[in-house]
Amino acid sequence: MTEPVITLSHLQKSFGTHAVLRDIDLSLFAGEVVCVIGSSGSGKSTMLRCVNLLETPTGGEILFHGENITARGFDLSSYRARVGMVFQSFNLFENMTALENCVRGQRIVLGRAREEATKIALHYLEKVGMAPYRDARPRQLSGGQKQRVAIARALSMNPEVLLFDEPTSALDPEMVGEVLAVMKELAAEGLTMMVVTHEMAFARDVASRVVFMEGGVIVEEGTPEKIFTSPEKERTKEFLARYFSA
Amino acid sequence: MQFFVDIFNIFKNYWNYLLMGVANTLLIALVGTVIGLLIGLLIGILRTAPLAGKAPLRALQKFANGFFSVYIEIFRGTPMMVQAMVIYWGYAFATGGNTLPLLGAGMFIVSVNTGAYMAEIVRGGILSIDKGQFEGAAAIGMTHRDTMLHVVIPQVMRNILPSVSNEFVINIKDTSVLNVIGVAELYYYADVIKRFNLQMFQNYFVVCLLYFLMTFTVTRLLRLCERKLAGKDSYTVFGSQSDPDAEIHIHRTTEEIPND
Repeated sequence: MTEPVITLSHLQKSFGTHAVLRDIDLSLFAGEVVCVIGSSGSGKSTMLRCVNLLETPTGGEILFHGENITARGFDLSSYRARVGMVFQSFNLFENMTALENCVRGQRIVLGRAREEATKIALHYLEKVGMAPYRDARPRQLSGGQKQRVAIARALSMNPEVLLFDEPTSALDPEMVGEVLAVMKELAAEGLTMMVVTHEMAFARDVASRVVFMEGGVIVEEGTPEKIFTSPEKERTKEFLARYFSA
Repeated sequence: MQFFVDIFNIFKNYWNYLLMGVANTLLIALVGTVIGLLIGLLIGILRTAPLAGKAPLRALQKFANGFFSVYIEIFRGTPMMVQAMVIYWGYAFATGGNTLPLLGAGMFIVSVNTGAYMAEIVRGGILSIDKGQFEGAAAIGMTHRDTMLHVVIPQVMRNILPSVSNEFVINIKDTSVLNVIGVAELYYYADVIKRFNLQMFQNYFVVCLLYFLMTFTVTRLLRLCERKLAGKDSYTVFGSQSDPDAEIHIHRTTEEIPND
């Protein structure tokens, strides 16, 4: 078996006395699409944010190609360039056009020349169908369009792994489709992805592995068929039953 | 009728004093606002920076933040006229009778006074940028410094411009208190002229008019700048379904937001 890209081992995170993550063990292999599902407050977003160190873990380790990312002297900046993130609230730079949003990070963090960065940015804007809007500013775009630009911005850094934190939760139902379509395409091309989502159909169709979280622990994980058709744990059954009866 | 003749004569006989007063007032207000903004930016950026990892640096940061708080509280909590006296005569006291050059002292006083207000304006401007943009920047590997430089400060500058304009207008008016230490600004010359012509009301009326002309002009000019800085509302969509080379220009005619 190949070595995982990212390994979470005994990961813990507490805010004060409130333990959000208790002992998470999870590995992400190259080319995998791992979908993390679970009710609100189960710790799935916190786990994802720990992977990008937007939250500092209070226990355990996160390994990137076997290297501890919380170790002293670890190059956080280049790590984050290699592990991109897409947020629920898009988080585009409001003072820049769609194109500049995708160019600036490459220039500053990767030190790419303007022409090269622009070429790469246009390539990914094209891929997410936003090239026509390269000159528009975030406030002139719809939610779905903003999220697609945000995905292009993350892709422009040529990351090995892309983390998605509920990328469609802030969107109108009509716009969810356009963002999921882009994500499906990325998955089909073999991009390694970890997706926290409430879109069960997406998890079922696209994921190579589904992880169900509850109360800060991983209750159950497995292939989509296993999780969605024959879950073993009672909690998983309850959660899915509530989802699919609604 | 006599009133208008008096006014005319003041302009005719003392135009050189009035001109010098206006020039000095504008110079002090402008320099004070610009340096005050720089002080404010520096303090605002330092006060919102995340605490450093290394202990000695963190201690220095905490000490500096404490110092900035004291500076802001003192200069916002006392009248500028009193600050002028304390600084000017404090310097004389400390150096055994030397005095500061008046124009320089005036600029210094207005700068540090404005800096205290600007520090709070800038801090508010930085805090008003939503946390998401900081996270968005961090997530692609930008450092806090990169984020401030490329993402936050450009937005802060645009957002605080109305407050900065306001400070400039306040400074044009408030330089008048510098006459207590004898700085030759506009109000000071009103005192000089009155000793020649003994026309109290007419002199101060002229000075009042000149202050208003200055503030009114500056307000209009800065409003123009604000509109320029607000950026275009139009953009171009490149390509359409039928023609990949099409350019569709989107213009949004925004309703002017009444803010007078």
